[in-house]
Amino acid sequence: MADLITTRNTPRADDVYQMLIDVHEGLSKPESDALNARLILTLMNHIGDPEVIRQALALARG
Amino acid sequence: MNKIFEIPLYPYARSADQGAAEPVRHRVVVVGAGPVGLGLAIDLAQQGVEVLVLDDNDKVSFGSRAVCYAKRPLEILDRLGCAAPMVAKGVEWNLGKVFFDTRQVYEFNLLPEDGHKFPAFINLQQYYFEEYLVARVNELRASGAPIELRGRNKLTAIEPADDHVTLSIDTPDGAYRLTTDWLVACDGAGSPVRKMMGLDFVGRVFEDNFLIADVIMEAEFPTERWFWFDPPFNRGQSALLHKQPDNVWRIDFQIGWDIDREDELKPENIDRRLRAMLGEDLRYQLEWSSIYTFQCRRMEKFHQGRVIFAGDSAHQVSPFGARGANSGLQDTDNLAWKLRLILDGTAPESLLDSYDAERIHGAAENILNSSRSTDFITPKSETSRIFRDAVLDLAETHDFARPFVNSGRLSLPCTYDGSPLNTPDELPYGPARSRPGSPCADLPVPGGYLLDRLGGRDAPRFQILAIDAEAPSAFAAHGLACEVIALSSVEAPLVKDRYLGTASGAVYLIRPDQHVAARWPAFDATAVAAALARAIGKEG
Ligand SMILES: Cc1cc2nc3c(=O)[nH]c(=O)nc-3n(C[C@H](O)[C@H](O)[C@H](O)COP(=O)(O)OP(=O)(O)OC[C@H]3O[C@@H](n4cnc5c(N)ncnc54)[C@H](O)[C@@H]3O)c2cc1C
Repeated sequence: MADLITTRNTPRADDVYQMLIDVHEGLSKPESDALNARLILTLMNHIGDPEVIRQALALARG
Repeated sequence: MNKIFEIPLYPYARSADQGAAEPVRHRVVVVGAGPVGLGLAIDLAQQGVEVLVLDDNDKVSFGSRAVCYAKRPLEILDRLGCAAPMVAKGVEWNLGKVFFDTRQVYEFNLLPEDGHKFPAFINLQQYYFEEYLVARVNELRASGAPIELRGRNKLTAIEPADDHVTLSIDTPDGAYRLTTDWLVACDGAGSPVRKMMGLDFVGRVFEDNFLIADVIMEAEFPTERWFWFDPPFNRGQSALLHKQPDNVWRIDFQIGWDIDREDELKPENIDRRLRAMLGEDLRYQLEWSSIYTFQCRRMEKFHQGRVIFAGDSAHQVSPFGARGANSGLQDTDNLAWKLRLILDGTAPESLLDSYDAERIHGAAENILNSSRSTDFITPKSETSRIFRDAVLDLAETHDFARPFVNSGRLSLPCTYDGSPLNTPDELPYGPARSRPGSPCADLPVPGGYLLDRLGGRDAPRFQILAIDAEAPSAFAAHGLACEVIALSSVEAPLVKDRYLGTASGAVYLIRPDQHVAARWPAFDATAVAAALARAIGKEG
């Protein structure tokens, strides 16, 4: 079972971050919230490993 | 309203017990002639245990209640001799559709696995279900089985003692008393017995109301389960359409917490809802309407001394997932043989602790599933609603999101993992689905189905299933004679997938409730005897 990657893993960090901000461009708060929810679900499915997801949730909760 | 609600099915008749100078002693008294009490009484009577059922009513249960019955309870009911009329009358369905707003976002097929005697689900009004059970009680009684059903006998007080319970009962002819070795409370979610004993029933209350309309209509809809999230005709809420026999359709509207019940139940308001949903030119007759709320809760322990709880009296779930009556019958399936073995002295009274362990495990599983469905249907926070809607949005075009859609997870039988009655798995590479604790999977065998041959009908029968393996023709230990059933994978090919896995042969010890107690690659008399002792609570 894999562990959550918590070291630097994203090449072109500035580009990727900008993609995340740009995708919300022109959306209202409820629309953005809905997009974020769809995004989380999509990424969660991509990860697929419940243990990694559990670790990510714990990290985010702080 | 349907006539069936008005016909006394088991009318009051004065019993000899009522004039007795001393309270008459019974072996088992069951309070409550709902699906669970009747199921238990039939099981006990078939095994020769004297059983008396008391109910303060004399008719089927009032109004619309259970609709969906799953495969496992049908298998149990088959052992009780009642499944055939239910399946004949019931409506079989496999396809479910889920709508979000005006769009269909998802459809599921229960895709029943090949080689089972019973379908994944049938829909049947609870009043038919109860009527067929009462018919079976009468049939057993006519054939001399020790079973009696007393209508309009209301239990009003109990006095538990070490080895019996004394009951006070009210009837149209006044009160009387009797005593019983064992009392089983199948008296529903409001259980008077539970209250008389001051026992807790804790859990979650869901702040929501659902309006049920059972309507009779000639409709073109296919035999499918349709579920709507946030449809135009019921904004912000959910709705369900499901077919029952006799052209009766179950329609269920979520209507929220702050409502005026009386107003909602006015025929003109129900009519308005139905037309908004099904079209202005709808022609229908209303069979029944009611508003229900629900809770998910259970008792801490399912028995205390000589008083045992089963069905809704012990645990309550939301209707999403059809788990109420379905799990109640799994309670009685688990309880009947244990009680019988305790009554005839074959098993120690402590065997009942395994009823608690196994059925609390089942109830916890049902409560978990039904709470999750309810939280998806009625999100408890804004964030939870945002995620719910995101799942539904994605599900329309993306298959990966569909497993998250939860409009009710349909009832599956419980595997008693970790039960004190299980012997640790000794069959390397055996299929996980038939590990110790699991209910036996059905499959065709020469002359019928495997489950036709497994389980106790006229006695609490343990059986040894020898699959492509040598075994003696009979086996007995600890006061129990075990029948040995030899099966070959040539004659019953599905046995490979369901019981052998990659093993070349296997020996299974099967309990009277068709659950697996133990399994090995080959027959070993010492191991089987030890597993049998363990399975009847005589560990060590
Ligand atoms: C809207 C709705 C939909 C449902 N859908 C489903 C479904 O699809 N599938 C499913 O499996 N379940 C479903 N259920 C749940 C199912 O109806 C119950 O789980 C089931 O009826 C419980 O059976 P029971 O025998 O434990 O209790 P009950 O059916 O409640 O029976 C209790 C009996 O005890 C008697 N009694 C009570 N007090 C006394 C007393 N003092 N003396 C004598 N007798 C007494 C009562 O008269 C009654 O006959 C649904 C429930 C509702 C409300």
